[in-house]
Amino acid sequence: MLPRLLAGPPLAAGAESLDDHRRRLGAMPRSADPRTIIDTLTASGLLGRGGAGFPVGRKWATVAERAAGTAVVLANGAEGEPLSAKDRTLMATRPQLVLDGAVLAADAVGAERIVLYVGSEHLAARTALERALAERRAGRGSGRDLPISLVAAPPTYVAGEESAAVHFVNDGDGRPTGTRPRPYERGVDGRATLVQNVESLAQAALIARFGEAWYREPGGASTRGTALVTVGTAAGRGVTEIAIGTTVAGLAEAAKVTTDVRAVLLGGYFGGWLSAGEARDLPLDPVAMRTAGSAFGCGVVSFLAADACGVEATARIIDYMAGQSAAQCGPCVFGLRAIADATARIAGGTAVADDLARITRWSGQLAGRGACRHPDGAVGLMQSALRVFADEFALHQRTRRCPVARAHSRAA
Amino acid sequence: MPAPSEPVGIVIDRIRCDGHGMCAELLPELIELDDWGYPIVHGTTVPGDLGEHARRAVAACPVLALRLRPVPRATMPAPAATRVPASTSGG
Repeated sequence: MLPRLLAGPPLAAGAESLDDHRRRLGAMPRSADPRTIIDTLTASGLLGRGGAGFPVGRKWATVAERAAGTAVVLANGAEGEPLSAKDRTLMATRPQLVLDGAVLAADAVGAERIVLYVGSEHLAARTALERALAERRAGRGSGRDLPISLVAAPPTYVAGEESAAVHFVNDGDGRPTGTRPRPYERGVDGRATLVQNVESLAQAALIARFGEAWYREPGGASTRGTALVTVGTAAGRGVTEIAIGTTVAGLAEAAKVTTDVRAVLLGGYFGGWLSAGEARDLPLDPVAMRTAGSAFGCGVVSFLAADACGVEATARIIDYMAGQSAAQCGPCVFGLRAIADATARIAGGTAVADDLARITRWSGQLAGRGACRHPDGAVGLMQSALRVFADEFALHQRTRRCPVARAHSRAA
Repeated sequence: MPAPSEPVGIVIDRIRCDGHGMCAELLPELIELDDWGYPIVHGTTVPGDLGEHARRAVAACPVLALRLRPVPRATMPAPAATRVPASTSGG
C-alpha cells in the first residue's frame, strides 16, 4: 500500500523516465469534463502540502471560477524551508508525476500556461524536470500543447510564499506583496493563478488515476491519505512517505531514530517544538496536531537529541528567520532581529538582565504585523521554544551557562 | 470611504508604514507603538465615539499607510487559527 508517491524504482536511481512512469502508472485518464476532477479532489479531502494545508479541491474550484480559460498554474517547488527536503526529492525522482499533476490542474482550472517554480539550489530537481519536459516534447501527441516553463526560485525562505512566487515570476522580485490581490484573483501576468505545492499536484495525479476512495484507504482519524515527510536527526535527514496519522514514535521507529530525544520540531521553522513526551504519541495528522498546538506544516519532523541544547537550537533557527526577513515591514525587520540577538545572548552565556522577559514580550507582539506571515511563523516557533525549554531558558539567563553542556561535562 | 455609521476596523499597510507614530499620538486608545515605533492596533473594530479620531489618524499618516475598512456586522467565522502561514509554499 505504501509508498505511493515514491513507489517505483529506488530513489537513489534518480529520475524515473517517462516510459517507466507510463508503464508503471499508465497514462493520465482523459475526462470529457476536466473539471470533474475538482469534485473528486474535494471528496478525497486532500490538503495542500506547502505548509498551510488548504483544501486542494476548494482552491482549484476558486481559480476555475475566475479563470475564463486564461489562468496560470504555478507549481511551487521553491522549498526554501531548511529542514524540508521532500519537494526536491519528489521532483528529482518522480518528475513525470509532478508534471502529470500540473497538467491536470491546468486542464481543471482552465489554464493556458504552467510555470514550474523550483528552488535555484535544488539542482537535481531542476535537471530532472528539464529532462522530463524534453521527454514529453519528444513524445508529443497526447493532450493539448501547453507552454510549460521552468523558473528558478531565489534561495530564500520567503520566496515560496505564494504572493512572493507570483511577484518573482512577474517582476523578478521574490518578496511577498501583502494581502491583495491574492494570486487566485490576479497573479502571474495579471491572470487568476493557482499556486500549488508540487507534492499536492503529484497527489492529485494519483487521485485522478485511482479515485478518492483509494486515496482515503490509508490515513488518520480525521485526515486520510499519505504524505511525504522529512525526518531530521543530528545524523542528517531523510524523506519518507507515511500514512497520515502515523505517530511521531511510529515514524521514529520506521526511520530508525535510535538516539534519546529531548524534543521534536514539527512543521519546520513555521511550526513549533514539542517535548519528547508530548510528541511521542501524537498522530502526524493536521487536525490532531492543531489540537495539540502544533502544525503539520510542510511535513518536517526533526528530532533534537537529548544531549543537544534546545536554547541553542532555537537561537540558530530564530537568527536564520531574522536574516530571512524580506526587510519590508518594520515589526519583522526590527522585532525578529531583536529577538534573535537576545536569544543568541542567552544561548551564549552573555544575557543581559531582562533578555528573557523581553523575548517573551516581543514574541507576543509580532503576529499579524507583516505583509506576509513570516513574523507570525517565527514568533510561533519562538513561543513554543519558550514553553518547551522554559527551564533551560531560565537557567541560561540566570547562570549564563548552558545546563545541557554542564550535565554532559559532569557525566564525561 | 465607509459611511460614518458603518463599523470599521483599522488596517495598516505594513510595507508602507515607516513608524512615524502619528497614529498612536492621535488615537492612543487603539494604537500603541512597539519598542521600534511601529503601531500595534488593539481591537478589530473602532468604537463609534472614536470614529472621528480614527479618521484623523488615517489622514495624518505621512506615508498613507492607514485606512479604515468596513467590518461586516455579522462577522464571518474566521478560518481556524493556525501558526502556519497563508502559504509557505503554495499549499
